[in-house]
Amino acid sequence: MNRAELASTSHLTFGRKCINLVNTVYNEGLLVEIHLDARDSAPVYVQIVRQVKRLLASGRLAAGDEMPSVRVLARQLLVNPNTVARAYRELEVLGVLESRQGSGTYVSGEGGRPGRRRKVMCLAAPADALLREARGLGVPLEEVREFLIERDAVLDADDERSA
Amino acid sequence: MERIVEIEGVTRQFRRRIALDDVTVGVPRGGVFGLVGENGAGKTTLIRHILGLLSAQSGTVRVFGLDPVRHPAEVLGRIGVLSEDRDLPPWMRIDELMRYTRAFYPKWEPAYAEQLREMFELDPRAIVSSLSQGQLAKAGLLVALAHRPEFLVLDEPSSGLDPIVRRDILEAIILTVAEEGRTVLFSSHLLDEVERVADRVAMMHHGKIVLDDTVEDIKTSHHRIVVRAARGQEEAPEIPGALSCRGIAPEWTMLCRAPLDEIKASVLRNGGQVVDVATPSLEEIFVGRAKTKGLETAGV
Repeated sequence: MNRAELASTSHLTFGRKCINLVNTVYNEGLLVEIHLDARDSAPVYVQIVRQVKRLLASGRLAAGDEMPSVRVLARQLLVNPNTVARAYRELEVLGVLESRQGSGTYVSGEGGRPGRRRKVMCLAAPADALLREARGLGVPLEEVREFLIERDAVLDADDERSA
Repeated sequence: MERIVEIEGVTRQFRRRIALDDVTVGVPRGGVFGLVGENGAGKTTLIRHILGLLSAQSGTVRVFGLDPVRHPAEVLGRIGVLSEDRDLPPWMRIDELMRYTRAFYPKWEPAYAEQLREMFELDPRAIVSSLSQGQLAKAGLLVALAHRPEFLVLDEPSSGLDPIVRRDILEAIILTVAEEGRTVLFSSHLLDEVERVADRVAMMHHGKIVLDDTVEDIKTSHHRIVVRAARGQEEAPEIPGALSCRGIAPEWTMLCRAPLDEIKASVLRNGGQVVDVATPSLEEIFVGRAKTKGLETAGV
């Protein structure tokens, strides 16, 4: 089956395998690896924003890449299109995405790898959670700092063992 | 913002049972409106009023600005319905069902109906009575969608269905609402689904509307907090907007609808401490509210 035939049958065949194949070969934009965690109490649009930032920081999304349309992503995630639209708007305000008139939504051009600051900012959520937990337990910031260095060493040891 | 459905002060009594108790609610055009509540809360009765199957004993019902009881053809011609019992003639084949339903809807699109049939993998020669629960729901959804209605009304579309079929139904809802100006109203007690797909939710309990808000506002206004009570306090602290409480001294987990700073201030005043704050799921909120006594006054 050539690409054109695949494209024209995409809206008729609904077998799950076929849809995944079609999404990779022909779609309204990149197949984006975003997954929602039902146990995460953060609003869906926040989860989407976070994951896009993560994809960008890890290089799996690059400047200039086209994002799937709101409809396509909403369908992929099984969420309200308004929620996806909201996430995209948020990402545009943050300068991560830009929408081009009549063309779609793209990852903002930045040239080169994502800035170091941006990578660090992706850690904001887990960092804030850690800090709040520490406060709740009454652990001072200095101890948290030392503890992080301890844990980092443990991770090094783990990595060595599994290598 | 235009409202597709305007219900005002509707009360419905069946002999001695009050099914709808002074219900006032509106469904805005566009987007997904979730109607939730336990069995017997009044969801189906409300939907039947919207479809003109029941006449309001008091108050008014307007759909597209019209009274659905006085203008049944006009109103129903613009609505796609999937009722809870699916309501399909058991002896019909799928292709006969499609031909039969087409006769009622001038806007029926045969090509689109065919696409839907293929998408739902329904054999045109299969007889309705031989269909599985999932296939029945899909058949019902097919005839509801094929005339591209402005307004899609689904009564418990996912109940009794396996997760795969449920995903297909959710997908159909999302596809519908992704088209401009279309509105979906669905009743469900699968709150995790409602949470991801609905823009607004109305919660019913014993025939009353106890919550009517956007999903976002509901989530941001409710908090699950863990409170460590002051030493020596045996009872749970009194918190503004508390809906439910569990635990034993000195730690209590409470569900509250109040601004977070007010909650924290109140806890501090009583010598306690807020140990954790989280956003509850719609399901937690639903259960918390349903169990709260004294829900008679609105606005909580």
